[in-house]
Amino acid sequence: MTTHSFKPDLPPPRTVVGPWAWLRDNLFASPLHVLLTLLALYLLWLIVPPIVSWAFLEADWVGTSRADCTGEGACWVFIKERFGQFIYGFYPQDQRWRVDLAVWVAILGAGPLFLRKMPHKAWYGIGFLVIFPLVAFWLLHGGLGLEEVPTSRWGGLMLTLVIGYVGITGALPLGILLALGRRSDLPAIKVICVTFIEFWRGVPLITVLFMSSVMLPLFLPEGMNLDKLLRALIMVIFFEAAYIAEVVRGGLQAIPKGQYEAAAAMGLGYWRSMGLVILPQALKLVIPGIVNTFIALFKDTSLVIIIGLFDLLNSIKQATTDPRWLGMATEGYVFAALLFWIFCFGMSRYSMHLERRLDTGHKR
Amino acid sequence: MQTTANAPRSRGSVWTDPRVRAWAFQIIAVAAIVAFGWFLFHNTQVNLERRGIVSGFEFLGQSAGFGISQHLIDYSESDTYGRVFVIGLLNTLLVSVIGIILATILGFILGVARLSPNWLIRKLATVYIEVFRNIPPLLQIFFWYFAVMLSMPGPRQSLGLWDTFFINSRGLYMPSPSMAEGFWPFLIAVLLAIAGIVVVYRRAKAHQEATGERFPVLLTSIALLLVLPGASLLVFGTPFHWDVPQLAGFNFRGGWVVIPELVALMLALSIYTAAFIGETVRSGIQAVSHGQTEAAYSLGLRPGLTLRLVVVPQALRVIVPPLTSQYLNLTKNSSLAAGIGYPDMVSLFAGTVLNQTGQAIEVMAVTMSVYLAISISISILMNWYNKRIALVER
Amino acid sequence: MKMVRSTLAVLTAAIALGVSSFAQAGATLDAVKKKGFVQCGISDGLPGFSYADGKGNYLGIDVDVCRAVAAAVFGDASKVKFSPLTAKERFTALQSGEVDVLSRNTTWTSSRDAAMGLNFTGVTYYDGQGFLVNKKLGVSSAKELDGATVCIQAGTTTELNLSDYFRANGMKYTPITYDTSDESAKSLEAGRCDVLTSDQSQLYAQRIKLASPDDYVVLPEVISKEPLGPAVRQGDEEWFDIVRWTLFAMVNAEELGVDSKNVEETAKTTKNPDVARLLGAEGDFGKDLKLPKDWAVQIVKQVGNYGEVFDRNVGAGSELKIERGLNALWNKGGLQYAPPVR
Repeated sequence: MTTHSFKPDLPPPRTVVGPWAWLRDNLFASPLHVLLTLLALYLLWLIVPPIVSWAFLEADWVGTSRADCTGEGACWVFIKERFGQFIYGFYPQDQRWRVDLAVWVAILGAGPLFLRKMPHKAWYGIGFLVIFPLVAFWLLHGGLGLEEVPTSRWGGLMLTLVIGYVGITGALPLGILLALGRRSDLPAIKVICVTFIEFWRGVPLITVLFMSSVMLPLFLPEGMNLDKLLRALIMVIFFEAAYIAEVVRGGLQAIPKGQYEAAAAMGLGYWRSMGLVILPQALKLVIPGIVNTFIALFKDTSLVIIIGLFDLLNSIKQATTDPRWLGMATEGYVFAALLFWIFCFGMSRYSMHLERRLDTGHKR
Repeated sequence: MQTTANAPRSRGSVWTDPRVRAWAFQIIAVAAIVAFGWFLFHNTQVNLERRGIVSGFEFLGQSAGFGISQHLIDYSESDTYGRVFVIGLLNTLLVSVIGIILATILGFILGVARLSPNWLIRKLATVYIEVFRNIPPLLQIFFWYFAVMLSMPGPRQSLGLWDTFFINSRGLYMPSPSMAEGFWPFLIAVLLAIAGIVVVYRRAKAHQEATGERFPVLLTSIALLLVLPGASLLVFGTPFHWDVPQLAGFNFRGGWVVIPELVALMLALSIYTAAFIGETVRSGIQAVSHGQTEAAYSLGLRPGLTLRLVVVPQALRVIVPPLTSQYLNLTKNSSLAAGIGYPDMVSLFAGTVLNQTGQAIEVMAVTMSVYLAISISISILMNWYNKRIALVER
Repeated sequence: MKMVRSTLAVLTAAIALGVSSFAQAGATLDAVKKKGFVQCGISDGLPGFSYADGKGNYLGIDVDVCRAVAAAVFGDASKVKFSPLTAKERFTALQSGEVDVLSRNTTWTSSRDAAMGLNFTGVTYYDGQGFLVNKKLGVSSAKELDGATVCIQAGTTTELNLSDYFRANGMKYTPITYDTSDESAKSLEAGRCDVLTSDQSQLYAQRIKLASPDDYVVLPEVISKEPLGPAVRQGDEEWFDIVRWTLFAMVNAEELGVDSKNVEETAKTTKNPDVARLLGAEGDFGKDLKLPKDWAVQIVKQVGNYGEVFDRNVGAGSELKIERGLNALWNKGGLQYAPPVR
């Protein structure tokens, strides 16, 4: 008896697998692509080596003053020396632990929300959203036993984050209300919402910031006044709420009529049918749009420079005019860009993740 | 439960009738807004009067008395604030239009590159988009202006190209044309060539629809554009005298100069917006079902033609609405010019004029209305275009 | 419908509140006392006049004027809050009531005084517009600046003077207009412009902020009159008087030889009736101004007399080292002159 044994499978031909095949398929598929690849390589060669050499190889990292920067490249000593100011602004040095504490409370408090399985997640989330701002305000602003730090001393990355956080948590509910108002059957409500949305989408943010920062008291009775930061926050909220409203409207329009009718048939009133049936579906559809608006909002926080608030960008700009650190504009801007980039990129990645997780396969 | 709409009074109380409630709610909302508006208006009125602040639009006729670094129409210091307003508006429009054109071109290239079969090109486009759309535009403007444009060498050490183009910290200098003897024949030749191209294009289209054969329109067009004006150049001589910029005194004299503020603003806005347009274009192209591409291939169309004749026309329907909002954003972002001293609407009119006259309310009202008007016009224009290219269903 | 009714009630209350507050119009002093501090508009960064040190404390002549007002009103120079304003924002901020005093190296002109609803309370610094150029340019007079590119701050009188000067001398120029003086200084260094024009005091202040101040010179020409002073809103004479006499008290104190070191001693021991009246030892002139009796003592004690303030911020005791010149007292060849307290 002879036993038949199968020969092992032959490997696939060289032309289909392996690095060479990959290269051929992805880089040198046709003469045109050869040309494009070479062009791209040339471009990379032009751009990357100078940047790497400027930012790392020839850069100065140690020292305390401008004189320590002897290399051809970047002078990161500047960033290191002014780091405190960039992060906390003029927040008193001995009180900065309060800012750190607020950040830790935010991270630890919000952490459980990112867990997939957590009992009473919704209630916890709402509780957190209500309690955290109060705690954070107390920590940052002071009072009740803590030394008071007026908002005029807030600055740096901390101020940027405050504006971003308040803007986002304020703009979302307002935007949803506006979107509902715009699709309302009540003509007056509809007109009011449409006017509001179109006005805020039509004017540049810096003009309304200017109005809120120096002209507001002209419209109010004498003696009535609001904190400058608070006014800027309200403007940012209104501005971004108008954009959120348009995004949410898109989601509402995408919900088939049958859902509205089914909710009505169940005997649900307007608010309950919206809150329990329509909005959960509509919001899920427009998560990417909402996050994009949040990212835009976060980037727009840099415009408060125009009204003299010392956010991250303004702190850096201010520091570059210090006579002891002249000529550090590029380093400063690169650092600001990097921080903004990390936050915005992080948000966009998280939105992609959320989108995949919430995808229940109803996509048409 | 009764349907209260049919029997509004059956419940006895007026307040439970949804129609009554709807009306009451609306009346209250309107009343609240009117009252709030009146409240603001009244306060303003009282405040202005008590503080002796002049109001009204008479200032638009007064002489401005300050200089402006870039004006597209003639301007001297004795001109009025009204003219300053027009200059600011034109400067805003200029940077917006150039920015939109550049951003669109760059954005389409990026969108296509994002889907390229070439791995390197694809990754480069992705990196570009992820880097530039996640950095605030104001920061990008500062970067291009303070870190790039202002670190160009001074006028006397300008970087030159063939001694005709110069770039230095004062701007981008290029030769400016003026009419010469051969100008009119040259113009006629160009017009003839364009007319010829139109004719060729129409006939080629008719021919293709009748027989299915394609005529090399592009090559013919290029040939026409080269041959006719070229002939005029040889026969009648040069159409333009070129005024080449030359170093004289402090600065270059002659030629056209693009001020660095404009260059920086243009670069920053178009590079920033192109990243968004790139993503819009990519998702638009991806929205065209793969079946369309396969069908085109099976008809024997080459990839380039497939893209041009099949994919892009369908993708445009998806692309145009978000593209509109990107154009609007770019226009609004051009107001960030105030940060680097480019004399746009906000920096010139809502800045200098406001401060010289002190009439904040009027100036801000005018400025905001202009932006609203621009934004509404772009919306209308794009809606019209959108309707035109919308799917005609049978 | 409870909600609706309560909304209406709140709205009516808000309107009533608004209307009732018009009744007590013009009482900046009351408002200031109620909130407990003076809100003062200053510049966004000009060494010697107003700038923030690394810790966010403001220093400078303009800042000291604000602190003096707070010292007069509250007897405490620290009861003041500062709003850094760009040149473009300053008048709107004062007009609207965003700030109570605008002390921001602002030139006193007829149109600002009359049409903008402002009142200038006096002159803290007599200035004039000049030019700052790079030595390498080889220019020794402003008359040689034909064709130059000029950096300038938006929304200032210097913008107008510049255009007048060049037109009067038949010269051409290109203006580059920035929002802040920092930007124009940076731009001058980068060679974006040949000349930086501003009030002379500012030129000295900006010069020390440059990387190599010695490469730059201030040209000799002074092309305008720039009386800089604090301004308040029109229609509140009481507040106007307080700010004006705060300034006068500082000048009078210098003239009478009262300074921050000897003021308390002098107030008790003085035999000079002028000094006694100023310091509240004789009569109560503070009462007329609705200020405490020792208002001038507090100003001089906590902030200093005019000479001290000048010296500390821009004069010999500072990095700027500007001569007193026009800003010397009237009896020492300058223009600083204050009406007597009596």
